[in-house]
Amino acid sequence: MRGGDPAVSGLLPILLGNATKGSAQAHKYPKEYICLLRLHGEVEDPELEWGLTQFIGEFYQTPPVRANVARQVRRKTLFEAEVIERIGRDILLRLIVSGGTYVRKLCHDLGLILGVGAHMVELRRVRIGPASEGKAVTLQQLQRAVWRFRAEGDEGGLREVIKPIEDFLSYMPRIVIFDSAVDAVCHGAPLAKPGIAAIDPDISRGMEVGIYTLKGEIVAIGEALKSSQEVLKEGGIVARTDTVFMRRGTYPPRWGRGKSKTS
Amino acid sequence: MLLRHSVEPWPTRRELLTLREAETDPRYGFRPEERPIQELMSYGYIPLDKPRGPTSGEITERVRRMLGVERAGHGGTLD
Repeated sequence: MRGGDPAVSGLLPILLGNATKGSAQAHKYPKEYICLLRLHGEVEDPELEWGLTQFIGEFYQTPPVRANVARQVRRKTLFEAEVIERIGRDILLRLIVSGGTYVRKLCHDLGLILGVGAHMVELRRVRIGPASEGKAVTLQQLQRAVWRFRAEGDEGGLREVIKPIEDFLSYMPRIVIFDSAVDAVCHGAPLAKPGIAAIDPDISRGMEVGIYTLKGEIVAIGEALKSSQEVLKEGGIVARTDTVFMRRGTYPPRWGRGKSKTS
Repeated sequence: MLLRHSVEPWPTRRELLTLREAETDPRYGFRPEERPIQELMSYGYIPLDKPRGPTSGEITERVRRMLGVERAGHGGTLD
């Protein structure tokens, strides 16, 4: 929504430099919220439970008018809904929803189903994929860490608040590649079996996969063209490289020279 | 009152299958946890607690300036 909203707070991952490319992943991740919903009329507990049950699992949602996406009906998932507290018409909810779900719209639609109307009063995000509230950093903490670094040359504080992007991408299945294959992938080359050191056992065709170095650095995100089982049985191209994170030249270019000339 | 869908939202990853053992050359790249601070500003993220009020874009710009980095973006708009 443009213009922002004073009543919305919580976890917002800030991606730095090349890590900015992870924003598409962030968008797709499920998210957990604490939400204060206000009903516009009287609703008994059993009715409220019935209403929430209508959204559990898959449901359809039209993005709000002011959203920056096309206004077509989209399928969303409500994984979990819990009434934490209730004071009359004010309901404190904990929700786990799929990526791209508008909680404000969900609250509005719940009001419609209950027949009394409802709106979202306040929203706090407590988890986005692998990042949860417990490790959240306030602007003040960040400011202090930056100051300590600038004024005293002490990077300890900054290290506590800036995490490796790999921590945030950890929900993707991964493929680990040899040093010799890294630069080719940095140049956008597809990944072939001889470059692979290890692979997640649960990859199926078409899945998004993280391509990592043996040191655990993310090289790129790609799309699996073979399942893990197929990779074990046969050779060929395993993944197409889509989004490159790692700067070219980080690892030496050894590709295209033939195995005998390496080392 | 707790309602749950049959599908678990957070994936669990199993251990990797090793195809071939290999060594990595310490001269290139860094283990993520050993990255120098400048590298961390290219391959890092801040799990920020966004306060009420400003938009996600405004907060991101503030953090970008604070750190003096060229590029910063946010993951999953919170507005």
